[in-house]
Amino acid sequence: MSMIFTPTRRTFIKSAAALAGATALGGLGAGAAAAAGLTVGFIYVGPKDDFGYNQAHAEGAAAVKAMDGVTVIEEENVPETVDCQKTMESMINFDGATLLFPTSFGYFDPHILEVAAKQPDVRFQHAGGMWNADKHPKNVGSYFGYIGMGQYLNGIAAAHATKTRKIGFVAAKPIPQVLLNINSFLLGARSVDPEITCQVIFTGEWSLAVKEAEATNALADQGVDVITCHVDGPKVVIETAAGRGAFVCGYHADQTSLAPEKYLTGAEWNWAKVYTDMVKTTLDGGTIDNFVRGGLADGFIKMSPLGPAVPEAGRKQFEAVKAEILKGGFAAIKGPLKDNGGKVIAEAGQSFVETDVALESMDYLVEGVIGSLS
Amino acid sequence: MSETDLGVWTVLIAMLGGAIRVSTPYIFVSLGECLTERSGRINLGLEGTLVFGAMSGYAIAYETGSAWAGVLAAALAGTLFGLFHGWVCKLPKVNDIAIGIALMLLGMGLAFFFGKPYIQPVAPDLPTIALGAWSSSPQVEAALRINVLFVVGIALAFFIAWMLRSTRIGLVIRVVGDSADAARAMGISVDRVRLLATAAGGALAGIGGAYLSLYYPGSWNEGVSSGQGLMAVALVIFARWSPVNCIWAALLFGAAGALGPALQSVGVSSGYYLSYAAPYVLTLILLIATSSTTRAVRGAPGELSITK
Repeated sequence: MSMIFTPTRRTFIKSAAALAGATALGGLGAGAAAAAGLTVGFIYVGPKDDFGYNQAHAEGAAAVKAMDGVTVIEEENVPETVDCQKTMESMINFDGATLLFPTSFGYFDPHILEVAAKQPDVRFQHAGGMWNADKHPKNVGSYFGYIGMGQYLNGIAAAHATKTRKIGFVAAKPIPQVLLNINSFLLGARSVDPEITCQVIFTGEWSLAVKEAEATNALADQGVDVITCHVDGPKVVIETAAGRGAFVCGYHADQTSLAPEKYLTGAEWNWAKVYTDMVKTTLDGGTIDNFVRGGLADGFIKMSPLGPAVPEAGRKQFEAVKAEILKGGFAAIKGPLKDNGGKVIAEAGQSFVETDVALESMDYLVEGVIGSLS
Repeated sequence: MSETDLGVWTVLIAMLGGAIRVSTPYIFVSLGECLTERSGRINLGLEGTLVFGAMSGYAIAYETGSAWAGVLAAALAGTLFGLFHGWVCKLPKVNDIAIGIALMLLGMGLAFFFGKPYIQPVAPDLPTIALGAWSSSPQVEAALRINVLFVVGIALAFFIAWMLRSTRIGLVIRVVGDSADAARAMGISVDRVRLLATAAGGALAGIGGAYLSLYYPGSWNEGVSSGQGLMAVALVIFARWSPVNCIWAALLFGAAGALGPALQSVGVSSGYYLSYAAPYVLTLILLIATSSTTRAVRGAPGELSITK
């Protein structure tokens, strides 16, 4: 479709690029196949092998790359500024991408929204963004997973490992997704032992190695003995915490190899399934839903294998709760529950199941979490 | 002991620990820059050297299995960057600040490019000295776990101060930095002295980078530096071009940087963006307090392009 209407100059550059690519590959076949199939672009805010957020997405992209008739193009270290608009434009105009995954949270507003308005034939899929049918273009979609459930399970493993009954969380920014993770981590732990508290430290940025290490040390100084995090690359937190003798729960991707003895479990994304599904829908001529969500049961998230430090009782409870979550309709946030300022979040009997959209505008830390939002 | 007492002590111990942990790259980069600036040149590219040093140190430590080989490689890489800066600046009508900025971007770009395969692997760490072994408190023990490079950095600061004050080499560097004409009249090759001073400065910045990736935070990734190299250049002005003052400035910055997380950990959690800005506010206050309207910046080498 779009091929017919593209201006001459663009087509020229495109075919020149295809020709150059084919020559480089040493065969015309590869170039021709790429031009005929679907080109999918992935944009990352950091390096795609960061043991974290970007690696999780890049593993999804790698699964897409293995599909027939699909060409994958990727660009990493693209800041959440007008730079990501330039990257999107160039992927569309020069590489002929018609399906884009700009994966970082801050790409959505205004960058994706602006480019999407100019490129109605291109589909934009954004992780975590709040797509709204009334406000946003139809060629934009948002998808996310209920990874808070993974942090809830992390909390259960943490509760069985902690001796001091103090667990800790190194967080980047107080946005709803992060707050849900912190709250879920504590509530998971409190489902085992209601005396447990969770100390949170915000670093203010997605990736600040020294500050993350300082935050981890500050937690360890306080006697916190299980630490998890929500930053882009958990490598520094995991290594520093394990170095201080604390147990760790992972996030985004599997970090077992960084601290095999101290790693309890971890909440991981499973973007490979999500992305291959979406690309398959597109290849079959269908349209991806604008608002896609899924949890453990849908294969959107998965848990790292339990580490050697989780005791038998912990393993049993972990598996039991996981089975319950897999049935669907599980609620971590349920009454009676107050926030850490004493305000009532949920009355007795009231609950927010994992699929509740209200959770995506969370602006509180629950009772038992030590920390504040600003 | 009441709860607030404990909180205050925790924050103080954390700041002491933070000062020791975080300050080392500041010490090395600012010592290097101090040496370079005392010879009359500014090398703004040390942030790039720091990042490249972090990458090359980590890569070599991983390949050879020896953290010290990594430190050596980082120093060597830093020397090359310094030599390049010194050589380009020798050419006529070249601005050392502009070259520095170009080298900063080049160093970071090269480090990101060559560093790709080393983000995942785990390299050996530099050894530490457990000065806090006497204490029964794990907090104190952790705070006093001191890296060898920290000790080396402090010794080096006193050595450089002594060298500048009491040796012939130091005198030559100071003459070149204060008056190129006088140096030429004495038969000193100004360019060669500056070339060597910049190379030595680069080597020190490279070691600072190796500390980042091999000890604290202890892994190579593209966000490892968060601007320490640039801050260290500012620290030199703050320290009034005195190597010994560079230590205090670096320790102060390390401690101020640890303040934010430490305050949050004892429950003073509101306004953390403000406490994270503490080091910069502190610098502003100190610079304003020590400034004067009647005299030029004390201690500034006369040949520096910013003070000329």
